Amino acid sequence: MNEQLTARDFATSQEVRWCPGCGDYAILKTVTRALADVGAKPESTVFVSGIGCASRFPYYVETYGFHTIHGRAPAVATGLKLANPELDVWVVTGDGDGLSIGGNHLLHTLRRNVGLKILLFNNEIYGLTKGQYSPTSRTGTVSPSSPAGSVDTPVSPGQFALGAGARFFARAIDTDKVGLGNVLRQAHAFDGASFTEIFQNCIVYNEDVFAAFTDRKNAADSQLHLKHGEPMLFGENNGKGIRFNPQTYAFDVVDAAESPGDVLVHDEKNAVLARLLIDLQLPVALGIIYRQPAEAFESAFYAHHPTRMRRTKSVADFIRGPNSWTVE
Amino acid sequence: MRLAGDSGDGIQLMGSQFAVSTALSGRDFATFPDYPAEIRAPAGTTFGVSAYQINLGGEPITTAGDAPDVLVAFNPAALKVSLPLLHPGAVIVLNNDSFTARNLTKAGYDDDPRDGNTLDQFQVVTADISHLNFEAVRSFGLSKSESGRCKNFWTLGLLLWMFDRQLEPVEAWIRRRLAGKPTMRDANIAALHAGHAFGETAELSASLPQVSVETAQMAPGEYRSVTGAEALALGIAAAGELAERPVLFCSYPITPSSPLLHRLTRLQELGVGTFQAEDEIAAICAAIGASYGGMIGVTSSSGPGIALKTEAMGLAVSAELPLLIVNWQRGGPSTGLPTKTEQSDLYQAVYGRNADTPMPVLAAGSSGECFDMAVEGIRVAMRHMTPVILLVDGYLSNASEPWLIPVIESLAPIESRPVPELTGDSNPEMLAYQRDPASLGRPWITPGMPGLVHRTGGLEKDYVSGHISYDPDNHQRMTEFRQAKVDAVAGFIPDQAIELGDDSGDIVVVGWGSTYGPIYQAARRTGASFVHLRHIHPLPPNLGELLARYDKVLVPEMNNGQLATLLRDKLGIQPISFCKVSGQPFLISELAGRIETERTGSAS
Repeated sequence: MNEQLTARDFATSQEVRWCPGCGDYAILKTVTRALADVGAKPESTVFVSGIGCASRFPYYVETYGFHTIHGRAPAVATGLKLANPELDVWVVTGDGDGLSIGGNHLLHTLRRNVGLKILLFNNEIYGLTKGQYSPTSRTGTVSPSSPAGSVDTPVSPGQFALGAGARFFARAIDTDKVGLGNVLRQAHAFDGASFTEIFQNCIVYNEDVFAAFTDRKNAADSQLHLKHGEPMLFGENNGKGIRFNPQTYAFDVVDAAESPGDVLVHDEKNAVLARLLIDLQLPVALGIIYRQPAEAFESAFYAHHPTRMRRTKSVADFIRGPNSWTVE
Repeated sequence: MRLAGDSGDGIQLMGSQFAVSTALSGRDFATFPDYPAEIRAPAGTTFGVSAYQINLGGEPITTAGDAPDVLVAFNPAALKVSLPLLHPGAVIVLNNDSFTARNLTKAGYDDDPRDGNTLDQFQVVTADISHLNFEAVRSFGLSKSESGRCKNFWTLGLLLWMFDRQLEPVEAWIRRRLAGKPTMRDANIAALHAGHAFGETAELSASLPQVSVETAQMAPGEYRSVTGAEALALGIAAAGELAERPVLFCSYPITPSSPLLHRLTRLQELGVGTFQAEDEIAAICAAIGASYGGMIGVTSSSGPGIALKTEAMGLAVSAELPLLIVNWQRGGPSTGLPTKTEQSDLYQAVYGRNADTPMPVLAAGSSGECFDMAVEGIRVAMRHMTPVILLVDGYLSNASEPWLIPVIESLAPIESRPVPELTGDSNPEMLAYQRDPASLGRPWITPGMPGLVHRTGGLEKDYVSGHISYDPDNHQRMTEFRQAKVDAVAGFIPDQAIELGDDSGDIVVVGWGSTYGPIYQAARRTGASFVHLRHIHPLPPNLGELLARYDKVLVPEMNNGQLATLLRDKLGIQPISFCKVSGQPFLISELAGRIETERTGSAS
């Protein structure tokens, strides 16, 4: 198959069964487009997922796909990547799958820097089990399992990832074709574990939970689209900028025209900056927040294996052990 | 057992105390003190080595035996002198603190024997004995030399743990012997307990080399000594060679499974990789991922870890992927007795999953048989495209025995159903599930293969297309298919043979796992027939007919009657259970006694 594939070539014959209006549809569309854009081959691309609404994803992409068990997709994908490092392995997970039941595997996959492209669809709710609060739900979330409001402190996917030693952390909004498409192409190109948090709107159980910054009417003032090496500007005509306040050790918003020298320049290799950007409430930081490549786990695994997993000797060479004897 | 050190180390005392505790644990023993002519020979030299040799066992013993199975060496010289005397597979306990450059030179060692391969054929336990003993008695305000003299009791405490002997007789002896020296008495008791606690905390265990068949009965051929972990590691590597595929072994450390991981890391040139996962679940999931990617995925654990892997086994069943899961069974429930052996995970292996999720189950009868069953396990897994459980009694991990070295070239290649040829109108999704009519195994199609792109997973899938299916008739069909696939294994395994004795009669003893040795001997002694099972699920197809030829079926097990339940369930027979769950293997004498009792019962 040498001809250029299109997004449509990556759609399967399966009927897509997410709720009408679910943000997952937009993500699916942008992912298939991104696959076409990067020239992905269906036979060498694999989508691995766990359990949850997001985890139905592999059934809808015309590549190899493995729908595994709750929370364990990163572990299955790690074994797959070790077995065949040539494959493009994507992991699709959600806030419950990836950060609750599967938090341990996500932690270790990120610290090992396994070459997986991890997409975390964050809707701050359990959708498939009908609306219970999730580990990313804000404190006070009213749900069937927390009628008086949840009392848990939510986990920040970005802080979790950086704390685990992630080398690539990006964010995008489900319906933002341009922003999400760009992040997906960068995630695909990254050698190592790329971790992308996608703000995904669950229209049934948690509608508009991200509306404060995803609503197109307020987008300019509420979204900070990051570009490495460029000033952190946002707002109408990029009139506002982000400044570091050394008194509070936090970011301030400044008038970009009045104090252009104060506006920070994004450095995607700076982990301290990344942590402050992750916590920024309004505007919300989007795009590649942190990218600092290091040797991927599978590369190190093969480099340290004396024969790069090839069989260079026979069991017959080993089976005698240090001393053997003969019985006549 | 040989205890060796400087003449001033108190070796003789320690040896006689171990003999006392051995005698009190009901084992016969003979002793052979071996000390230098010089009363105070130079410390650290080979001619200054003092030794004490004792022989113990469940059978009457008349000599101290030539080749010790256990060596405690307090210094390099003691190791050097004693090493040529040892059986392969012997247990060696070394005091790390004595392996200084000076002591190595005095002993005539150019290189530290703990590095390199000198000790490869032994079970080596190292501990900073001097240091740990000193810390244990620090609070008693003893002089340096007085403290040092306590280390024999520290070491004795460790040995008593490793060989599951009681502390109390030794403690009582110390109380009597040192009644007039309360400080030394208390320090020695503290050292004894500290050594015992060290063994428990480090989960150290040891097994004396197992000899199940007398030398006179050994078939001609080339032999070596092998532990269960070594044989299983070689078997896994051999299966990879026979299947012409790399092996990825994924595991999480747990007693007594870890020696297999350690052994496999030394076989990498055989196309074996090892991945130490973050937990038991990740270990099996990574192994499943490796199998999905076309390598032979293998994982290993012990009961509690196997419990954690259960859900993932269901995934491998659903996705029809080959996988070998090794369970080194230990005493339970929960954390139970990590260092003690048991056979109590048979229910877990055969019945222990949610839903109707049948899997083939095999069991190894001896350390050497771990090789055969690893090859067989991977053969079954690939032929039928299913996860397979291999049960091994925990203590076989470190237990060594003489092993007739197998000839790899004589073993049949391991194959799975060939990947179908692509034709113009073939539907790749359907090709993935075109199963072999006899084995019901599907072709092993892996990502990277062009034109065969399909989806799989844990949701119920259509029998033909593999698409998600909630169709009632399809689920019925898939449930029956999964059982039929496991049942189909029986069509590929040899008929059950009789290990020993007549093919009909008053009594047959049916065993599985490491009871092979003692049952063999007991059956030989009593003239009873002996049937040893290697295929637990499914059982060999002729087993029911075979066992029906005897008046009584006696099933000795190191559990509360699990194989007996399986035989009742699958064959509808009423076997007699003989259960022992003390963490100790059966003694030949107790098995022979029970056989005789059953016989007398049938005669009356």
